[in-house]
Amino acid sequence: MKPAAFDYVRAQHLDEALDVLKQQGGEARVIAGGQSLLPMLNMRLAKPAVLVDVMGIPGFGEIRREGDAIVVPAGVRQAKLLARLGLATEQPLLAAALPWVGHYQTRARGTVCGSTAHADPSAEIPLCLVALDGEIRLRSRKKRRSLKASEFFTGMMVTDKAEDELIEAVAFPAAVKGAGYAFREVARRHGDFAIVACAAMATADAIHVAVGAVADRPERRSYPLLEGSALDDALNAFAWELDARDDIHATARLRRDLVRSLGREVIEEALRCRA
Amino acid sequence: MPRLTAGARHRVAFTLNGKPVSLDAEPRLLATDALRQQLGATGTHVGCEHGACGACTIQIDGEPARACLTLAVQLEGRDVRTVEGLAPAADRLSVLQATFRRHHALQCGFCTAGILISLDAFLRTSPNPDEQELREVVGGHLCRCTGYTAIVAAALDAAATLRGEPASSVNRDPVHV
Repeated sequence: MKPAAFDYVRAQHLDEALDVLKQQGGEARVIAGGQSLLPMLNMRLAKPAVLVDVMGIPGFGEIRREGDAIVVPAGVRQAKLLARLGLATEQPLLAAALPWVGHYQTRARGTVCGSTAHADPSAEIPLCLVALDGEIRLRSRKKRRSLKASEFFTGMMVTDKAEDELIEAVAFPAAVKGAGYAFREVARRHGDFAIVACAAMATADAIHVAVGAVADRPERRSYPLLEGSALDDALNAFAWELDARDDIHATARLRRDLVRSLGREVIEEALRCRA
Repeated sequence: MPRLTAGARHRVAFTLNGKPVSLDAEPRLLATDALRQQLGATGTHVGCEHGACGACTIQIDGEPARACLTLAVQLEGRDVRTVEGLAPAADRLSVLQATFRRHHALQCGFCTAGILISLDAFLRTSPNPDEQELREVVGGHLCRCTGYTAIVAAALDAAATLRGEPASSVNRDPVHV
C-alpha cells in the first residue's frame, strides 16, 4: 500500500499553512503526527493534492495554561500531554484516558489535535473533550472561532471544521475543585479501538457522563445526583438513545449493556473521587 | 516556504544510526521504503503498512515511530535509529538483544526488529519497569510465534542487567501468568 502522489508543504509559520488551506482547502490535508492520516493515505481512503505539515510552526509544540483551561496546540503529541507534570491532579480524566489512546508507539507520534480532527467515534480524546465540555479553536485566513466539542463533532469522522480552517488548539477545562472524574473502556485488547468507552465527572450537585464508540460521535448527558434504580433508568435511556449498531466488533445489544454497566462504574468512581 | 512537488524527487538528509545519510524522495515515499530500498537498511521490516503490526517501528529522535506511518520527507534533519544501530559492534549483541537470545524471545524473527526498537526506547526512560508496563509496550506489536511470555521475560532481564544488578539475582525463567 502506497499513498497517491501529493505535494508536501513544510509550513514554518501559521500564515503559510493558512494560505495553502485558503488556496487549496478542499484538496489539502493538514498533517501533524500522521498516526490517523497516514493509514488513510496508505489505503488511499484519502487522496489529497497537498499535505501541509504544521509541526514546525512556532509555538505549536507547547502546552499552556490559560486560566482554567489546559490549552494544547496542534503540534503537541499525545505522549507529551500524558507526561505533563501534575496532569493527574490538573485534569484526572486526561491522565486516566490518555493511556488508552492507541499504543505507546503511536502516542509518541500522534497529536492531540490530530485525533480531534480525525473525529473517530471510538477515539478517547474527542470523548474527553465532550465529557469535559472542552473547546476546539479553529483558525482560517479570514477568522478565528471557537466551538464547544458538542458543536464541533457532527458525525462519524465529520466535524464542523471548514475546508480553509485548521485546528489551532484544543482546550480542556482543568479539574473543578471538589469534582471527581473517571474513565473506563472495553476493547478486545488494550490499544484496539474501543467497543465502548465512558467518561464521567461528578460535582457536588450533578453527574455528567459521556459515551464514545456507540453513536456516530461522543455523546454526553447531565443528571442530578441520581442513585439506585433512578440512575439505572437514566443510563438505560441513554443507552437506547445512542442508537447502537451491530458491527464486526460487537453487537448493538452488547454495546447497550456496556453503556449501562460501564456508565454506572464511571459514575460511582467519579462520585467516590470527589474531594 | 518549502513546497516539495508531487512528481519530483527531493533531497532528504538525516542521521541514520549515527551516520549522516541522504536520499532523493518523492513526497509520498514512506520511511519504510526509503530505509529498505534506497538505503539498503533492510533490518526494518514491512508488515501491515497501516500502523497496526509494529514490525517497522524505528526511533526518531529517540522516540518510537511506525516507519510505515512516517513519510521519508518527515525524517529531514532527524536522528533516526533502526535495529542495525542497536549492537555496539558487528560481533557483539546489545544487552537487550542478548537477553532476547537467552530467553528464546524470537522464533521467526519478523516482528523482532520493531519490538527491540520499542523496548530499547522504553527502557531508556523507564529503567525499572514492571511486567504490566512491558506487556503494554509489546502490545503495540504483533508477534504470532512466541505468545509474548519470553519477550517480557527478556525485557525484565535486560532492564535488571542495565540497572547493573548482578546476573545471578535475575530470574531467568520465563514468567508465566
